[in-house]
Order: sequence, then C-alpha cells, then structure tokens
Amino acid sequence: MVETSLDRVWETLEDVKDPEIPSVSVVELGLIRQVGFEGSTLIVAMAPTFIGCPALDVMREAIREQLLGIGIDRVEVKIVIRPPWTSDWITSEGRKKLKMVGLAPPLKHGGDLEHFIDASARCPYCDSTNTELKNSFGSTLCRSIYFCNNCTQPFEQFKPI
Amino acid sequence: MSSDPDRSIAEYLIGIGDDELILAHRDSEWTGHAPILEEDIAFANIALDEMGHAAAWYRLAGELQGQSAETYPDELVFARKPDEFRNIQMVELPNGDWAFSLMRQYLFDSLETVRLKALVESDWDPLADTAAKIRPEELYHLRHTKAWVRRLGLGTEESNQRMQNALDELYPYALQPFSTSGNEFSALPDIKSLRQAWKAEIQPLLAESNLNIPSVTDSPVRSREEHTSYLPMLIEEMQMVARTETEAQW
Repeated sequence: MVETSLDRVWETLEDVKDPEIPSVSVVELGLIRQVGFEGSTLIVAMAPTFIGCPALDVMREAIREQLLGIGIDRVEVKIVIRPPWTSDWITSEGRKKLKMVGLAPPLKHGGDLEHFIDASARCPYCDSTNTELKNSFGSTLCRSIYFCNNCTQPFEQFKPI
Repeated sequence: MSSDPDRSIAEYLIGIGDDELILAHRDSEWTGHAPILEEDIAFANIALDEMGHAAAWYRLAGELQGQSAETYPDELVFARKPDEFRNIQMVELPNGDWAFSLMRQYLFDSLETVRLKALVESDWDPLADTAAKIRPEELYHLRHTKAWVRRLGLGTEESNQRMQNALDELYPYALQPFSTSGNEFSALPDIKSLRQAWKAEIQPLLAESNLNIPSVTDSPVRSREEHTSYLPMLIEEMQMVARTETEAQW
C-alpha cells in the first residue's frame, strides 16, 4: 500500500467541486469536517448543505473517485449532520470565488439565522447593500434571488443557513 | 402507539416523514403550472426540501429498527400500499386553487416550525440533531409563505375571500396532529404545548392579514391510519415508474 499523507488528501479534495457551483471546492465550502485513516481505509466526514440537496450524492461519489485516484485503497465518505453545516463555514477563499461568479456570499450570522434572515444581501457587482429580495428560492436549493437598486442588476445570493 | 419506545418513535418519524413526502408530491404538481414563474420555482424548491426532510426522518426511523439507511427510505416510498401511509389528511388533499395550496403550505410550515423547535430539545440526540439540521431550511419556507398570506389576505376582496375559504376548509385538517392522545416518550414533543405554540405562531399573522380563524376546535380525523380517497391516486402516480421498472437504477 502506498502511504498517503493527510496533507495530500486535503490537497486532492480541493479538486472536487460543487457541481452546482463549479468554481468552489468542497473544502472551500466547509463541507469536509474530518479526514483520517482507519487501517487502510480513509474516512472522510462530510456535512451536507441542504439536507435534500441532489448534489450531495454526486459530490460524495466524486470525492471517492478522486481519492481512489491517488492510490488510496479504500475510501468511505460518511455524512455527518452534527453539528449541522452552516454557511458561516465557507472559507474566505470560497467567498471570493462565489463573488467572482456573481453569486453573493452568504452573510455571516454566527448561529442566529432568525435575526439575520431578512438582512440585505450585498451586491456581488457593486458591493451595495441597497438590494431587494425578489425570491427566497432560486435555481438551486441554496440560492435566493435579489435585485440591486444601485447598479440595477439582478443577482443570486448563496443563502445563509 | 405501540408500547415499545423504539417502535413508537419510529412510527412517529414515519408519520412526520409521510407528511413531508406527500406534501412534497402535491407541491411538485405546481411545477410548470404556478401562477407566476417565481412561485413555480419556489414550490419546486420547497418540494425538494420537504422530500429531503422526509428522507431524513425515514433514515432515523430505519436506524431505530435496524434497517439500512441507504435503502429503507426508498422502500417506504415505493413499496408501501396507500393504506400503509401515515400522513395527516391535510397534505393529501388536491391542490385546489393557488390560495388553497399556499394556505396549506403556510399552515404546514408553521406547524413544522414549532415541531422542529420542540424536537431540537429531544433527549434522543440523533432526533435533536436532525431537527437542528432541518430547522434553518424551514425558516425560509415560513418566511416565504407568511409573506404570501399577508399579501393575499390584504390584497383584493377576491384574494382575501379565496384565502378565507382556504383557511375555513383547511383549518380542521390542520388540527389533526393535535387530536391524537398525548405521548409518554420524552424523546417526542408534548402535543398540548405544541398546539399552544402553533396557535401563538399563526394567530398574529392571520389577524394582521384580515383572516379569521374558524371556531372549530377539534379535527374530525382521529388517526393517521384514516385517509381520503385522494391518497390512493397520488400514491399510484408516485410509485408508477418504480413499480413498472423494479430493477431500475436511479
């Protein structure tokens, strides 16, 4: 068996992208909670974003394939919901990349979503917070639709959860 | 309910999972037919969310009964007969007009919100964890349906009247989850306090939206084993492909 360092594992995971947001990796989204070997089996603990997200199984399979591809014998991707994934875990690199594709990064709410749910999203194009919610629901479970009154552009926001 | 706690909790979970599944199916029927594009998208999203919640409750029920988390949800959805479903009747009723579907979704979201709040406190950790996972998603549903109840309640005479008609028809059904006898399991929420919390949740919004809560205080439906004649048709449609192509890989 080839020895694989955990650093290499993390590096490899950076190549696995969210199929619904192909510029951002599963690591940058904060989905990978833990990696570690149990014997020759690599256990990857992964947190789902939205519990009904259809991309979950796709990412799970992509993670397995990618890691088997660097010579790891066995890979098991475990889904963990405790503690529940929060968009606060998206890394600053991940936030930058979301913004680059025109998706407003989720506002950080520190666990108090109830009070932040109505806060204005920041326009990814002009940074204005003079924006209006048009629809809580968008093209995927994790997006809502806004309009920027400042630069008159519609845009999507990654929902804070 | 059975006297075996694991079995009773599993039955409870299948019941609330069935509520989510059947409502998800009804919601998905609006896809391509909703009055405006935004609501077409919203209802498709809500349907997908609720289906995800159903699967999560089914997996937990499976865990309690030593069933596989991978296959048990599909077995429950595709292999049961209509009379084996345990959803409340409200979610199986046909969609009616837009006001009816929206009011139903609102009554359900408000119920689910207070139920999740209680389940987060469950002394069975896996149940509390699942509730904590689902709760933020439900906040988005409730915000959405609340905004629409307000908008249509305070809109035109016709929109108000349609919403009132929907509320009058749906309200007795919405009381069904509270009409069963209490449960003695500390893992599950107390039905009386749930009912109070739900009333407190819906009263201010409905009053503010010029909608009157009907005076009925009890649901005519007593048991989750009782269904309307609408359910078998829904199940037949839902299971048709799975039954025709039993070997199909999804």
